[in-house]
Amino acid sequence: MHEAAAQPSWVLLAYLIAGVCFILALRGLSSPESSRRGNFTGMLGMAIAVGTTLAIHEIASLPEIAGAMLVGGGIGLITARKIQMTAMPQLVAAFHSLVGMAAVLVGAAAYLNPEAFGIASRITPILGPSVISILPVSRIEMGLGVAIGAITFSGSVIAFLKLNGNMSGKPILLPGRHVINFGTLVAILALIAYFTQDQSPWIFFTIMGLSFAIGFLLIIPIGGADMPVVISMLNSYSGWAAAAMGFTLHNSAMIITGALVGSSGAILSYIMCRAMNRSFLSVISGGFGAVASSGEAAAIDRPYKRGSAEDAAFLMKQAEQVIIVPGYGMAVAQAQHAVREMADLLKKEGVKVKYAIHPVAGRMPGHMNVLLAEANVPYDEVFELEDINSEFAQSDVAYVIGANDVTNPAAKSDKSSPIYGMPVLDVEKARTVLFVKRSMGGVGYAGIDNDLFYRDNTMMLLGDAKKMTDEIVKALG
Amino acid sequence: MDFISILSIFVLACFVGYFVVWSVTPALHTPLMSVTNAISSVIVVGALIAAATAGSPVSKWLGLAAVALASVNIFGGFAVTQRMLSMYKKKERRDA
Repeated sequence: MHEAAAQPSWVLLAYLIAGVCFILALRGLSSPESSRRGNFTGMLGMAIAVGTTLAIHEIASLPEIAGAMLVGGGIGLITARKIQMTAMPQLVAAFHSLVGMAAVLVGAAAYLNPEAFGIASRITPILGPSVISILPVSRIEMGLGVAIGAITFSGSVIAFLKLNGNMSGKPILLPGRHVINFGTLVAILALIAYFTQDQSPWIFFTIMGLSFAIGFLLIIPIGGADMPVVISMLNSYSGWAAAAMGFTLHNSAMIITGALVGSSGAILSYIMCRAMNRSFLSVISGGFGAVASSGEAAAIDRPYKRGSAEDAAFLMKQAEQVIIVPGYGMAVAQAQHAVREMADLLKKEGVKVKYAIHPVAGRMPGHMNVLLAEANVPYDEVFELEDINSEFAQSDVAYVIGANDVTNPAAKSDKSSPIYGMPVLDVEKARTVLFVKRSMGGVGYAGIDNDLFYRDNTMMLLGDAKKMTDEIVKALG
Repeated sequence: MDFISILSIFVLACFVGYFVVWSVTPALHTPLMSVTNAISSVIVVGALIAAATAGSPVSKWLGLAAVALASVNIFGGFAVTQRMLSMYKKKERRDA
């Protein structure tokens, strides 16, 4: 057949081992203790894959390759060291875009030099010069790989800009966007099909261009609160792009990895959608949070109780158990260290402190857990929604900091609410709810009012999340 | 490898991925994303092939660019994952 089929068996074996290392790397993440070893296994797998590739090819340009790796690796290491934990969602989005772009570049390189990848056959007609023809199967794989890579790239760039605040988190809704998006997707698939018949450059580059466009169009209508789904989805795409390239190159390490990453992202998207009680399609079609609900204006005048940091400190000191409910606001205010200080002081007073985390709190899956870990909160004090929800009823204080929609009781009772049916934390069952919020005017990302603010057992602590927590720490100390 | 054996690897790997990822604890979902990010840069293999071969200079430079991008991801991804994972600590024992 073709050249790629002729790889010696030790090479195939090495790529397989690399693939197994990646499986073990993910397996390690089942618990924090095994996770660090898992990460090293992943690095080993990568080293094997890269080493094998370098060993079997006659390298015509080793200095250049070393240079490219050094520059890229250096940038990566510095970024990894400098990045703030609160900026992790942006960083992940940026990394996704790089995988997407790399897939596009590899696809383009393979298109321009198919013989190097062993995916071409030379046809010599009786008359005229010989023609290099890319194998039809490889053309499909290449087309899909480039398309998915390009979507991953432009989608991730938009996600990055939204998460980083360079672009408003508000959904941008183009008229007739569903028709445009659907039409573009159909056009891409049709071109990939046609590509098997005709390998002209215009087809290849049109596929690429349209895919860049669709990635952009798909993400702009999606609002900030849906970012956990988007970022998981792009994670999944980056995997499928790698898998498609693996098909092109007949490389088992790439295929295994692509499948792993692809299913990982898909499962995370599913978990996030379930945690918001939304269908994947409704998230993808976008627009959530664009419509300000009409009830909001009327609600502003409702009476509520306002408390001071001293009141909060007093209440918590008397408590037997306090549950802290962090959300995106805690990340924005960088309040995680102050929260841990507060928890330490409370523990000294003999108060039991636990943390309750909603799956979509923050801007990416597991965002809050990382921030709390950064602030030295032991992970066995941090609980997921299902594990802690029954405990609110036995708790004296629920301290809600920077979370809003995930505590809204309307999700359980109000059928007209846009978040009806979403699993929420039952904070209102605690004897007292201390709700830290910047001001009474603003609403959560879903754009709806929270009935919790006006309940008899809720005390609003109005102010910046970090300042308020610092003041409570002072009052406790 | 023919198409069918490649497809078999792919389908089986999807199933492995499905079961492995469900066993990941939700507390580690962010490191999961960053490490999957790092490993999906195994696409660097393709980039190296493009960069290593003589023939088409354009193809070589595209390959080199892809090597650089993928390297950012490999080193950055594993390093940031390591940094996050090292922060997850258990409760210190009271008597310690």
